[in-house]
Amino acid sequence: MVFLGGQVLPGNVGRAILGPFADQRAVDALNHSLGVDRPLLVQYGTWIWNFLHGDMGTSYIFRAPVAPFVIDALGNSLKLALIAFVLVVPIGILGGVIAALNLNRPLDRIISLGGLSVTVLPEFVTGIILILIFGVWLRWLPISAAWPKGAGFFTQIYYLILPSLPLFLVLFGYIARMARSGMIEALDSDYTRTAVLKGLPWRTVIWRHVLRNALLPTITVIATQTGYLIGGLVVIETLFRYQGIGSLIFTAARGKDFPMLEAGILTIGIVYAVATLVADFLYSVLNPRIRLGAEQ
Amino acid sequence: MSATDTPVSLPTPDTAQRSPWGEVLHSLLRSPTFLTGLGILLFWVICALLGEHFVPYDPLDADIINTLAPPSTEHWFGTDQLGRDVFSRVIVGSRDILTVAPLATILATIAGTALGLVIGYFRGIVDDIVSRVLEAFMAIPVVIIALLAIVALGTSKITVIVVIGLSFAPIIARTVRSAVLAERELDYVAAAKLRHEGALHTMFVEILPNVIPPILVETTVRLGYAIFAVATLSFMGFGIQPPSPDWGLSISSNYGMIGGGFWWTVLFDALAIASLVIGVNLVADGMHGAFND
Repeated sequence: MVFLGGQVLPGNVGRAILGPFADQRAVDALNHSLGVDRPLLVQYGTWIWNFLHGDMGTSYIFRAPVAPFVIDALGNSLKLALIAFVLVVPIGILGGVIAALNLNRPLDRIISLGGLSVTVLPEFVTGIILILIFGVWLRWLPISAAWPKGAGFFTQIYYLILPSLPLFLVLFGYIARMARSGMIEALDSDYTRTAVLKGLPWRTVIWRHVLRNALLPTITVIATQTGYLIGGLVVIETLFRYQGIGSLIFTAARGKDFPMLEAGILTIGIVYAVATLVADFLYSVLNPRIRLGAEQ
Repeated sequence: MSATDTPVSLPTPDTAQRSPWGEVLHSLLRSPTFLTGLGILLFWVICALLGEHFVPYDPLDADIINTLAPPSTEHWFGTDQLGRDVFSRVIVGSRDILTVAPLATILATIAGTALGLVIGYFRGIVDDIVSRVLEAFMAIPVVIIALLAIVALGTSKITVIVVIGLSFAPIIARTVRSAVLAERELDYVAAAKLRHEGALHTMFVEILPNVIPPILVETTVRLGYAIFAVATLSFMGFGIQPPSPDWGLSISSNYGMIGGGFWWTVLFDALAIASLVIGVNLVADGMHGAFND
């Protein structure tokens, strides 16, 4: 656990993002003559120090502390991401399992090919097509994610279904494919054959023997998709005019609002790191024989 | 392929390689997946090259009287808010994306292959360090890298090509590295070393020809993602700029109106992107199948 955490986290986004955008500050902050005469490292150190104490700096555009904006946006994005995840994880796994149980039959073809096709499409393309179908032609769902003020929990979810669908579609392909190949491997294994030969009912074999082993790699995939999800959020939130962390970063980048941009990106880095850590933890809980250092 | 300067050591890889290429081509031409994908791709390439000669209207010609006209026999896909013919714009709109995305992919392939050969060949500490750095880069979404680069460097096609090229290079490097790891243990590499060939010669002349298949497949897959990324970035307003009839750009300038029911201004562009991306992925899938049979 500790090894994995130590291995994955330092190399990941948090630090990697800080690298490139320490340069960014050097280049761009000069233009903004905002106390940039101090050495870069000192500046950077103070910034991190302040960030850790909850002070994310002041927005150039809003002339107000960045923190409330970032926290609000993060909350909104988490809602959206959560809905996508809650929908996609069970359905994706189910799709993969069904495909594997019907290997090479039409149902498997449909799920695999369909999953692959929607996965490779840009989110804004699937988003536009979904808006047209459900929002404009069928008029089932609102075409913007901005719910009326004071909307209740269920109204909010209602407004978020359409925006979460493009994310769902992209993730569905990945998760279903992983679940499918995990299942195929598990179905092919000696322990499944032994279980069948022992005379266990097929249902028990699937539930007790196959699924457990098949789903482990799927968890890892789900975790690695967090990074993708963040990129997807930038696009989706722009398309649906949703005040999330993605559109916050996008607006900040366009308006050259560096404190906002940096705070947003660092927040994303932290979320990513936490997600990776949680996934490693889950994996080690579910898999008693974690193979250390077998990551390649 | 080339590298037949020392016949003593080379017959094995050489004969083992030449006939499979013919076989690969043969099975590619019989793969419906590959042919469908290739057909779609060729259609768009022809549109990009010659589109403006056969479209019914100039894609940039505004017609203030006929704005937002629904599809009709005159304007098959309708007109946009400036009265420009959507059909002509969709056809000619393939040009920019089919310039930017392949250039980014070529950059990624060259950089990634060189890097992958070096770290796969030398292994050890070089590999450890570079691999960690590459992993860190791969963890950041392209959109985020692009946002930062565009803030720093300004928005232009060149920025987009460099950003996408460099952010895909690590993925290609990883593929090349693992292919090289398998190759470097083979006898012909040992033979090259015994002949005191230089490291560069061994890498690029001996190993490279043998790891071409995985590079080709990976490059095609990356081309699909590059189209994805270019379309997304131009939708976000980065890279390709107006008045280009580019698909992503058209969608971004028209999707605000779909609440009013003007579906034809975005649907055909969206379908065009979808068909191109799926076409490239079908080609990649077919190649993957052909090389691994």
